[in-house]
Amino acid sequence: MEQLEQIDKNQKVSLWKLATVFAKVGMFTLGGGYAMIPLIDREVVQKRKWLEKDEFYDILSIAQSSPGLLVVNISIFAGYRLRGRKGSVAATIGSSLPSFLIILAIAIFFAGYRNNVYVDKIFKGIRPVVVALIAVPVFDMIKHSNLNAWTALLAIATAVAIVFLKVSPIYILLVIFTCFFIARYFNQKKKKKEGKA
Amino acid sequence: MIFLELFWTFLVIGLFTFGGGYAMLSLIQSEVVTNKGWITAEQFTDIVAISQATPGPVGINSATYCGYTACHNAGMSAGMSVLGSCVATTALILPSLILMILIARLFLKYMKTPTVQAVFAGLRPAVVGLLAAATLLLCTAENFSTPSENPWQFWISVFLFVATFIGMKVFRVNPIHLILMAGFAGLLLLY
Repeated sequence: MEQLEQIDKNQKVSLWKLATVFAKVGMFTLGGGYAMIPLIDREVVQKRKWLEKDEFYDILSIAQSSPGLLVVNISIFAGYRLRGRKGSVAATIGSSLPSFLIILAIAIFFAGYRNNVYVDKIFKGIRPVVVALIAVPVFDMIKHSNLNAWTALLAIATAVAIVFLKVSPIYILLVIFTCFFIARYFNQKKKKKEGKA
Repeated sequence: MIFLELFWTFLVIGLFTFGGGYAMLSLIQSEVVTNKGWITAEQFTDIVAISQATPGPVGINSATYCGYTACHNAGMSAGMSVLGSCVATTALILPSLILMILIARLFLKYMKTPTVQAVFAGLRPAVVGLLAAATLLLCTAENFSTPSENPWQFWISVFLFVATFIGMKVFRVNPIHLILMAGFAGLLLLY
């Protein structure tokens, strides 16, 4: 019942609001895409309560293992969750249009932009900050997801596999997905059998 | 018809990119530079550098820029080249839009079932590991410089990292404000 009310309340999010919030997120996504995680966390989860924290992390793992760009995938999913198909289109336009316009302006008018000394200085300052912005959610998530010995081991194994063995995150997520799915399936079967006996 | 070809090429790139913007760059390079020859290798290097040094997702930035440059190289006017960048960017996003809507529908329908809950109980700790890995992989000389190469930039970078971490974790400062302040600090202090 509570869940239904939540969705009902969310129906009132306007498409324009969705587009502008994701435009803000898209504008400040620098580099590979992980930098927007704290932004979405702040704008969408904490400030507007459009998604719950658990839901956001679930969406994150889905978006990471689906084709396409992380930010775009998350905006499509969140948009759909809030306003259906129209919402997903609005959120996608929001997260990609500002970057599209900025880079187009650069392509047309400022071909020498990259070699500008001031641009270089600004980005030298921003890069270490982006790394810190990605580090903070790691600690938040550790606190939030109540890791026990097993799940902590799983988290560490994932990090080690990516950093030292250079395994792609998608394969790791797919393997875990498959393992847990099969384990659950056999558990269920066993319970049924026991129930019959 | 370069527009149709652009559309098809970037549609395929969008469909087969797993793992975000940086994985996409290698696909764009092999298709747009090596196979089609729309853009020279040198131009592509510039495009990558500019896409990284510009706000917005790297994938969107480079697709837009590549679409524009490909048409420009083919001798088209600026207006037609803008159309080319629209085509490339739309095609890039389209597969995600269709697939993610389908996935979202399935997820929202089944998320309360014990099976889906069990699977996500395993995926959540993996996401923690994944983000930790992303953080570690970004601690490079390119992002921080090194004490031997440029000690001034290195220590400023370390300071900015620590200040941001505390600012966000303890004082809950808005990340957008942190990025803007870091850009300003870089402008004043770094060279």
